[in-house]
Amino acid sequence: MFKLFHPNKIFRITSKAPKYILFLFVVVLSVGLTEALILSPEDYKQSDAVRIMYVHVPAAWISLGIFSSITLLSISGFVFKNKNLFLISKSLAPSGFVFNIIALVTGAIWGKPTWGTWWAWDARITSMLILALFYAMYLISWRIYRSEEKVFKITTFITILGIVNIPIIKYSVDWWNTLHQPASINILSKSSIHSSMLFPLLIMTAAFALFSLLIFLMKYNTEMIKIKNKGLDRL
Amino acid sequence: MINELLFMNGYGIYVFSAFIFTLLSFASLYLVTKTQFVKEQNKFVAKFGSLNTDKAKSAKTQRINKEILANASNN
Repeated sequence: MFKLFHPNKIFRITSKAPKYILFLFVVVLSVGLTEALILSPEDYKQSDAVRIMYVHVPAAWISLGIFSSITLLSISGFVFKNKNLFLISKSLAPSGFVFNIIALVTGAIWGKPTWGTWWAWDARITSMLILALFYAMYLISWRIYRSEEKVFKITTFITILGIVNIPIIKYSVDWWNTLHQPASINILSKSSIHSSMLFPLLIMTAAFALFSLLIFLMKYNTEMIKIKNKGLDRL
Repeated sequence: MINELLFMNGYGIYVFSAFIFTLLSFASLYLVTKTQFVKEQNKFVAKFGSLNTDKAKSAKTQRINKEILANASNN
């Protein structure tokens, strides 16, 4: 199965895909921004401040999703001794980190008009900050360590430690008394969000997912060319 | 209408700063990633250009190298 992930086979697709993904991202983002800023209704309690949700929530979702994927890929790469899975994880991390920062900053901006403060050492916010630290450690490790074997071990270890934080982030609003509101969207049960707000939220999530795919592909291609550059040196 | 859209019942400053921060983060990440990509691609083309005929021939047997060169000439 891992032969499908062979770099030589997938580079042909990954090298051509970014321009199409970029086009699609711009289209979906434009629709999403129109929906989020103009067409969607204001909230009866939070008024127009609720519109921050359309950037805050997708950014948080995607940063959590990317970290979970990185962990799964790193563990699989380690177990099956597949370098390409590590390369995929490494290429996913920068967009995950940026989405994490966006979630923290837009959360702080949203906090000021709704809670009256930019920051609180609340369980949800603090656990998101901890996730950002894990992302930072992961990215720094790739820069610090030159030995492949060492960096594979260390980054896998970081992701295994970091993944413990993911359920804490998810359930922090249920386990502790927090300023942060509980989840409004549930996959398994009925969501408490109205469809007029859910629709723009899903479009913005699609736009953000396309952006992370775009960055992933560009980063992955860069890593592939780096490897090929080293290959030319050896000729 | 435009004033209403910008003012957003007094929350415009918060809403627009959140959206602008997000879009600026996107633009920065895209530019940094693109710059790194172009730099590596140019390095590859320069290295490939400096190879002698035999080495270049051998390098061209790999499909991925041909793809990189083709993409570099398209950009």
